[in-house]
Amino acid sequence: MPDSLPAKEQLLDVHIWRGSGEKGHYQTFQVPMQESQTILDVVSYIQQYIDPGLTYRFACRVGMCGSCAMMVNGVPRWTCRTHVKKITDRMNPGDGLTISPLRNLPVIKDLVVDMDLFFDKWVRAEAAHHPTRTAADAIQPVDEQTAERQAANAAIECINCAVCYAACDVVASNPDYLGPAALNRAWSLVNDVRDGGREAILEAVSGTGGCHNCHSQQSCQKYCPNELNPTASIAGLKRESAKYAMRSLLSLAGSGKKGEKA
Amino acid sequence: MISARLYILQRATALIMAPLVIGHIAVMIYAVQNGLSAAEILGRTQGSFFWLAFYGLFAVSVAIHAAIGLRAILHEWAGLKGAVLTAICWAIAVGLGGLGLQAVYSVTG
Amino acid sequence: MMKLSGHRKQSLWFAFILHRISGLVLALFLPLHFWVLSLALRDPAALDGFLSWTDFWYVKLAEYGLVFLLSVHFFGGLRLLALEWLPWSARQKTYAATALAAGFALATSFFLTATIYG
Repeated sequence: MPDSLPAKEQLLDVHIWRGSGEKGHYQTFQVPMQESQTILDVVSYIQQYIDPGLTYRFACRVGMCGSCAMMVNGVPRWTCRTHVKKITDRMNPGDGLTISPLRNLPVIKDLVVDMDLFFDKWVRAEAAHHPTRTAADAIQPVDEQTAERQAANAAIECINCAVCYAACDVVASNPDYLGPAALNRAWSLVNDVRDGGREAILEAVSGTGGCHNCHSQQSCQKYCPNELNPTASIAGLKRESAKYAMRSLLSLAGSGKKGEKA
Repeated sequence: MISARLYILQRATALIMAPLVIGHIAVMIYAVQNGLSAAEILGRTQGSFFWLAFYGLFAVSVAIHAAIGLRAILHEWAGLKGAVLTAICWAIAVGLGGLGLQAVYSVTG
Repeated sequence: MMKLSGHRKQSLWFAFILHRISGLVLALFLPLHFWVLSLALRDPAALDGFLSWTDFWYVKLAEYGLVFLLSVHFFGGLRLLALEWLPWSARQKTYAATALAAGFALATSFFLTATIYG
């Protein structure tokens, strides 16, 4: 135990998920409460002073990298930016704090999830930049004042922490669904004048896992620590992909050609 | 489970039905005064091309709209997918549409 | 009632679940509604029989419920069409609350007409 703790201290009951894959259980620890304590401080305290076998992720611990994302009392958050007092003030006295791994992703161990599928869906959404120029060409100017660029800028700050992915019930119930982060990124590229993959993106987000599965629950927008709005981005994708699909249907009808199976 | 095409169809039927829903609720508020009876209702609707068109459009639109809405629910909450899901949704669309058009004909014929 | 997971305790999730449940119940009700109406041709006496049940207050209450579900699904649907096709508004919670209030108001006018003022 560290020497610097005061003699009389309040102890907090903390229930932490332990286990791998589908199997596991909650284990309860008692952690001394401190001023300005964050959830990450609590998890670190347990691993450093009580159980060194507790597995968790963090990196910057200042709210920039998104590595420390976990479920806190059923809500996905960055644990380094979540003050314990803010959570406990809203809890009933006697209830413990519950910390579990991010929802909707397979658990590797304890509080660490496998992010592979989250990144795979980013690629499946064609949300990787499609370059149009080479280093030999002049740099393409980007007009910051256009509505498209402002839409791209509004979506661009995503650091892929998967909080929105964990908050989304469509992700939970539709395995094909690309998810708010991938679709938000796709929207930023649709609005990027330098990106050459507009049609590829619109096709990628029009399938059975595409943007049209979003039911606008807006949990992604509510819980995004960077205050992004994937619901709005997805609404934009719905509009553009619907227009694109209508144009394809109408041009096929007009030319009398038999279309390919969509 | 909802592709771009199904999305367009669902939003389009929603737009078509928007004025029809208002009309239907208005009709209900009017009709429910002083109790309901078959004679009163049929007296208004029988032989009427307007009501045939109004409720005929309503029945077809709602069959499509409900089938697509149920498709999302059956996939997300019942785990159905693939050909089974598609077959059930077609059955719902055709079934509801059939029953609806039969009801429209019964009341306006 | 089952414990609601933390991430769902936000008003726009309730707007979603209300829209889904109202649509589901309406979809389940429709076949019955269509079947009763089709009695007009096949068995008008039976139709009158069904309609006479609407004199009972608990049937009127059920009608109130159904009209409420239709109204709230309708106004909620308009909210979604606006969300998807009009420029984004920061007032999402206001719109959700307005849709619910409008649905309640419309259904209540039906209920009042069916009971007191009809």
